[in-house]
Amino acid sequence: MKALPRSAARGALLLALAALTPGAQATEGASPPPASSGKAVYEYWCAPCHAPGPGHPGTQSLQLKYAGKVPAVLLERTDLSARAVAVFVRQGILLMAPFRKTEITDSELAALTAYVAGNFKTPSAGR
Amino acid sequence: MAVPPNVSPTAFNAALVAWRQAVGAEWVFTSAEDVALYRDAYSPYWGEPEERVASAAVAPATLEQVQAVVRAANQHGIPLYPISTGRNLAYGGSAPVYSGSVVLDLKRMNRVLEVNERNAYALVEPGVSYFDLYEHITKAGLDLWIDPPDPGWGSVIGNALDGGAGWTASPFRDHFGAHCGMEVVLANGEVVRTGMGALPNSRSWQHNRWGFGSWVDGLFRQSNLAVVTKMGFYLMPRPEALASATVTAARDEDIVPMLDVLNLLENQHVVNGSTSIFGGPDRPAGNFPAWTITLPIYGPEEVVRAQLNYARNKYAAIPNVKFTQGEVFRTPLPPEALARVRLVNFGIPNLSTFAMLGRSPGNPEPDGGHIGFSPIVPRTGESLLEFKRFYRDNLAKVTGGENLGIVGPVYMTCWDRTLVCLIMFPIGRDKARNAKMRAAFKSWVQLAAERGWAEYRAPAAFQDMISDTYSFNNHALRRLRETIKDAMDPNGILAAGRYGVWPKHLRKT
Repeated sequence: MKALPRSAARGALLLALAALTPGAQATEGASPPPASSGKAVYEYWCAPCHAPGPGHPGTQSLQLKYAGKVPAVLLERTDLSARAVAVFVRQGILLMAPFRKTEITDSELAALTAYVAGNFKTPSAGR
Repeated sequence: MAVPPNVSPTAFNAALVAWRQAVGAEWVFTSAEDVALYRDAYSPYWGEPEERVASAAVAPATLEQVQAVVRAANQHGIPLYPISTGRNLAYGGSAPVYSGSVVLDLKRMNRVLEVNERNAYALVEPGVSYFDLYEHITKAGLDLWIDPPDPGWGSVIGNALDGGAGWTASPFRDHFGAHCGMEVVLANGEVVRTGMGALPNSRSWQHNRWGFGSWVDGLFRQSNLAVVTKMGFYLMPRPEALASATVTAARDEDIVPMLDVLNLLENQHVVNGSTSIFGGPDRPAGNFPAWTITLPIYGPEEVVRAQLNYARNKYAAIPNVKFTQGEVFRTPLPPEALARVRLVNFGIPNLSTFAMLGRSPGNPEPDGGHIGFSPIVPRTGESLLEFKRFYRDNLAKVTGGENLGIVGPVYMTCWDRTLVCLIMFPIGRDKARNAKMRAAFKSWVQLAAERGWAEYRAPAAFQDMISDTYSFNNHALRRLRETIKDAMDPNGILAAGRYGVWPKHLRKT
């Protein structure tokens, strides 16, 4: 399936330019993850969409959604709990389909959520 | 726990026991929570009774486990639906065509079995994604390219079996066309190797696809006759260079000679990259050319420069057409060039296509997913202009005059001699809106079929309808497929309904 934005004319133009235009870094979607490493699970399954920079649809989407109120790059977020990360992985959102247990096992999910939620700061009461 | 349709709880339980014994209990999924992970996130029937959903899933890791799972399903009459990586989004994802089937999830079969640099091929299992194969080749330091489609997480085998295409040079970007040799498990659990692979201890399984006798590989493309467990693919030796040019024309009618020259150049193998065609009568206002065609050429630098000159001379013979040479990239690309190119054109898998399909400045509140109707049209300027008129003249009728956010048509040139005229429909969680998309989709299918145009690949929900349009001689082709289905899978357990072929006990007539 080729990539298209909403308007046909705009899509045709973008595609014309896209034939040899920007993309993502080459090292993403790398090695199949060892079960124990949340970082490896993140880099294999999440980074192709959520790494910094252009060509990353997750980062682009969060940038547009939050307009800088929270960081667009997942690993820079401090408001994501492990539980929240797990919900997004297993339920998906918009065009991000859920990840099955043959893709990310429960133990890999635990490692992943701990890694992504590493900066999580519990909101203090009364604010 | 859900039970597949027309299956007794006793029979289903017996199959579950056998599967747990074969693959381990942790790889048999029956809870509602686990099975929900197999829903098609882009289903045009999301949350409606017609949504195609699984009853359970089973995930073998080896050929022997696949055989055991299939044998038990055949013994107990359980419908199975094989998936590879399950990321065939917009074409059904990881959900079955026949609702209530048990998904046979092959993602755990993720071994790259061989990559041969000297003869430029790979042998892989179904769970191997384009990311995985790229990583394997890169780590091994082999001077070979893969041909990725837009989403790099797709299965190399699954994409080929579904009729997918990629973005590098012909013939590699026709993924089924670039395969060589298969291993399949039949409905009775028997293993067959095709082509040279039928020779015990074969030394040329991935070297020669034909073998001896009739060639059966095509039976396993877009079909439901076996479970594919291994497949070989030809790979492209890294081309030294990628050159490109852009050809533009001022008038709408110039597309006729432009495409004639393009066809000549492709059929001569002068232009071998994935070309692009943009423009036409509905181009945006402003100083845009009527048509723009891009011409990528892969090969040794001195050769591609000569090919560019040849192409330039051919286009110079057409009045009003401008030929502009683009950058000549040498490979491997230096890091600073990676940010300037579309990576799939350089054999590098990624997911950047979703940046255009998802939330973007031009589409701040996207629906979520999408589906596409992509009829195959002869590659001539007259046909292209006819399709443009066809789309323009019927759009209001198809949509009832409402702006549904349907995008199209966009012209793809995956295969020689044809255009794939893509129309895309946003799909989300709004049932009323999805219903309008389905109605529009069906209208386009019918209207196109009346003109002699039809789809090459389809979401599960529309496979019956599109199969119906291939109706020459009272659906003789589908009846032939049904005859083969009944012979090879008499209990009808494998992928019922896939691409419009149903087993005898589920056929309507």
